[in-house]
Formats: sequence, structure tokens, C-alpha cells
Amino acid sequence: MSLLTLDTLTVRRGTCPVVDSVSLSIGPGECVGLIGPNGAGKTTLLRAALGLLPSTGHSSLANQPAAARARAAAWLPQSREIAWPVDVETVVALGRLPWRPRGAPLSPHDAQAVSGALSRMGLASYRTRTATQLSGGEQARVLIARTLAQETPLLLADEPIAGLDPASQIATMQVFAALAREGRSVVTALHDLALAARYCTRLLMMHQGRLVADGPPQQVLSAENAARVFGIEGRFDAEGRYQVLEAAS
Amino acid sequence: MAGPDPIALEARRSQPGILAVGLVALTVFLFLAALVVGPARIGIGPGLAALFSGTEGPTALVMREIRLPRAILAVLVGASLGLAGAAMQGYLRNPLAEPGLIGVSGAAALGAVIALQTGIAAIAMPALPAAALIGALIAVGLILLLAGPRGASLTLILAGIAISALAGALTSLVLNLSPNPFAASEIVFWMMGSLADRSFTHVWIALPFMALGWVLLAGTGRVLDALTLGEDAAEAMGLGLARARLMLVFGVASAVGASVAVAGAIGFVGLVVPHILRRFVGGRPSALLWASALGGAAMLLAADLSVRLILPERDLKLGVVTALVGAPLFLHLIYKTRKEVA
Repeated sequence: MSLLTLDTLTVRRGTCPVVDSVSLSIGPGECVGLIGPNGAGKTTLLRAALGLLPSTGHSSLANQPAAARARAAAWLPQSREIAWPVDVETVVALGRLPWRPRGAPLSPHDAQAVSGALSRMGLASYRTRTATQLSGGEQARVLIARTLAQETPLLLADEPIAGLDPASQIATMQVFAALAREGRSVVTALHDLALAARYCTRLLMMHQGRLVADGPPQQVLSAENAARVFGIEGRFDAEGRYQVLEAAS
Repeated sequence: MAGPDPIALEARRSQPGILAVGLVALTVFLFLAALVVGPARIGIGPGLAALFSGTEGPTALVMREIRLPRAILAVLVGASLGLAGAAMQGYLRNPLAEPGLIGVSGAAALGAVIALQTGIAAIAMPALPAAALIGALIAVGLILLLAGPRGASLTLILAGIAISALAGALTSLVLNLSPNPFAASEIVFWMMGSLADRSFTHVWIALPFMALGWVLLAGTGRVLDALTLGEDAAEAMGLGLARARLMLVFGVASAVGASVAVAGAIGFVGLVVPHILRRFVGGRPSALLWASALGGAAMLLAADLSVRLILPERDLKLGVVTALVGAPLFLHLIYKTRKEVA
């Protein structure tokens, strides 16, 4: 069973393809890291896969009705917007919107999903705090909790750990890895290659709009790919940890 | 896991309930006050008795034909402005947004001014509000043409500014070419906004459009809540923004267009009321909709009462009072926003 299938998905800006015939399939239980330098097309690929951008080719999510898609996949945008001074619990409860009939109050299951998401992100003691008064990193965790509360089989996240402190970055990646072990899947755009190599079961490497490598971290982060795509030298050490050494000469 | 203090949580949860009761009580109180305050000295008891008893006579006539429609219009117009303001702020995620921003008020005022200038308004009473409503509808058509049925909120704001500017320029042109000073002063007075000398005909003209607008705007609550997290997140949660945008534009045009049509241009209610009430609903845009409708009704009733109490013989205009109260609050808001940004 596939949670997301893309077939020659292409997004053009003018005549220039920003995402160039990308094909892939995401199954259950995968923690997938989407890596690539700035401007490689990671965000555009994720948004087009969700149907938030017009594209050619095929995406199994974009073809669904909006209400069904919102129950199949959650989306965490890169911009961390919380427009109004609402409390943390209210923000996280917004993740239940796709499941709630119009005007219905939170069901016991909704409340359970919200408190589960809060404790998973270490926010149980924050629920009555005003979200807009939290630090940027705390707000980022609140927004991740919102997507967890949506309880979708698939989570697409755009640089969810950017700007988080090291402990929160690791904790967040551990949550994603745990979701994958439970059979849910995560596709997350990442810039930290070491964390990507450590926690992801599979990496997708993008370069100039194309998917140039797709497979286990050891294979995707080959010395040749790292030099060609990122212009860096990196290697896996004896314990299997990935290290970025220096810019490739 | 240490749960939150259940008492504190309960208090927080019940706040909207207390707010609703408080706002309804305030509105009812001001509505009754609006019925008993006026130049004709009518006691509270006899006045209310005359309203409900079906007797004939001057007291019943004043109550039924002058004060009751005026108080009802204050509620309808205030609720429309408050609701439209809350919806605009929620959709644009900006506390400085107001119903006039999309150019509907300006266009409706232009329609009314043209009706006054050409003398159409003098032909029959409904001609003036009808012309204002036509102005509002033309504005909606232009907005949809300029900003498209979908697209970012920025294009909506830009289209609104352009239409407001055009309507303002044409209104000035009409004033400029006005044949005599009387026509000009009539136009100027009308543009200041007022509920004086309105009848039930005004109520019946405005009510259907306002009710339609309220239904459309109330239907956007879910989308407005989701928009707290931005347009991308809301769209991905399955909430159609294109549809919400159409409901917003038609809802604001219908409710605010009808308000301008019967009461003239009344500013600041739609800006200030949602701003004051936001903290009492925990910032939730959907809860702010009904709260701002009630708050708007209360604010306009209070403003119309003060018009009658402060300078009863000088015909103080309602829009002048709301602007005098609203502008300092607006300055305070800007000052606070500046401090938060700095």
C-alpha cells in the first residue's frame, strides 16, 4: 500500500521546470528525509505533491478531494505563522478540523489526539500558554504538535527543525522516527545531513529540480553525490554517523 | 503527566459564555435606553407600554415610528459592521483590517452621493439606499475582476485600495460639480453617517441584504480559525480558501453595503470592536465573529444614544462620534503594535 505516489510530477515557473519529472512512492512506516541545496525544489515538490501548486504529471494526493486529502496527509509549512494570540491547546486542536463536522465541539477522541500530540512534543505543561508569546523554537514545536494531532498516515514537513536548539532537533527527529515505527510515514525536508542520515530510513536527494538519488542514507550520501550536489566533503564514520568535513575543493 | 489545573481550565473555558451573556445584556440594556431617550419626554413605563399595547396616540407614534426603527437600525448596522470587521481581520490575519478596506463602503457612498446629486434620491425614499447597494455591487464586481476569485490576500487589499481611491475621487468630483451649496451640504451630511429620521422602510430595505451577509460571513468561521496558521496550512487542512474568499467579499458587500445604504458612512466600528473583544474570546477568529456582531450593535447603540444626549439640538452626526471614539483607540492600537514589533 502506498501513502503517496508521484509519477513524472513537474512544476514549471514560466518555461523553467522547478520540479522536473519526479517519480517516487512512499509506503507506510518510512521516515524519509528530503535533502538538497537551497533552490533544489524541495518545498515546491512537497507543495505540488499536496496539490497546493498546479503541476503536470500525477500525484496520488493532489487528485483527491480536499477533505479526503486532509485526512490522508498533514502539511507543516516552513513559515511558522500563528496570527492571533491563541493558547497552545487551541493551535494544536486546529489539527482536528479535517475530522470534525462543522460546528461540532471537540469529541473525546479529538481531545485525546490533542493531548497525545502535546505530550509527544513535550508541551503538556504549555497547553494554556499563549502561543504567540512563546519563543520561536517553542512555537515550531507547537506547530509540529498540530500536525501530529491531525492523525494522518502521512506527514509532509518543510524544514521542521530549522531554528530549533540541538536537543529539540534531536527530540523532533526521534518523534518522526517513532511515528515511522508505528506505521505512519514522514517526509521531511532537512538541511542537517547528519541528523537526516541518523534518523531517516530513506533519503531523497534533489538537485536543480530533479530527484538525483533515492535510497538508504549510506547510498544517497555517497562521497560523489555530496560533492556534486552540495559541494561538500562528507563521510560516514566507523559508528555509521555522517559527518560533513569541509567544502569540496 | 501533571495535568493542567482543572479549575483554571474551567474558568478559561467558560469565558465565552460569560462574554456572550454580558454582551447580550449590554445590547438589550442599550436598546431599551435608546427607546426611552429622546426629545419627546416620554416616561420609561408609558413609552414601553405604548410600544406593546397597540394603543393609538402621539406616544405610541413616536415610539413605533421613530424610536423603534432607529434602535433596530442601530443594532442591525452595528452588528453588520462588527461582524464584517471581525471577518475581514480574520481573513487577512491583520488587526488593522476593516470592512471599508475592500472598497465596498466607498463605492456604496458614491452610489448614494450620485443619487443625492442627480435628484434621484428625492423621487422616492428607497432610491437612495438602492443606489448605494448598486454601488456596493459594482465594487464587488471590480474586486473580483481585479483580484480574481482566488489569489493571495495582498491582491485583495490592493484591489480594495484602488477601488476606495477611485470611489473617493468620484465622490469628490460629484461634490465639486454640485449645482448648489444645499446639495453639497446634503451630501456632506449624509456622508457623516446618521440614524436620525429613519423609518421601518429603511429597516425592511436593509434587513434582507444584511441577513444574507451575516449568513455568508458566519459560514467562514472554520476557515478563519484554520487561517490562524496561514494560507498554506489552511488549504492543506482541506478548507477551500477560494470559496471562503467569495463568501467574505459577498458577505461584506451585502452587510456593509446595506449599512451604508441606510445609515451613511460610519467608520471605526468594524476596526475597533473586534480589536477590543479579541482577548475575551482567546483570540479565536470564529468566536470573534458573533462577539463582534454583538459588540458592534452595543457600540452603535451607545454612540447613537450619546448623539442624542450630548448635543441634542445640534444634530451631531453618528459617524463623527464613532470616529472621535474610534480614532484614539486606533492610535492606541498602533502604539501598542509598534511596541510589540520593536
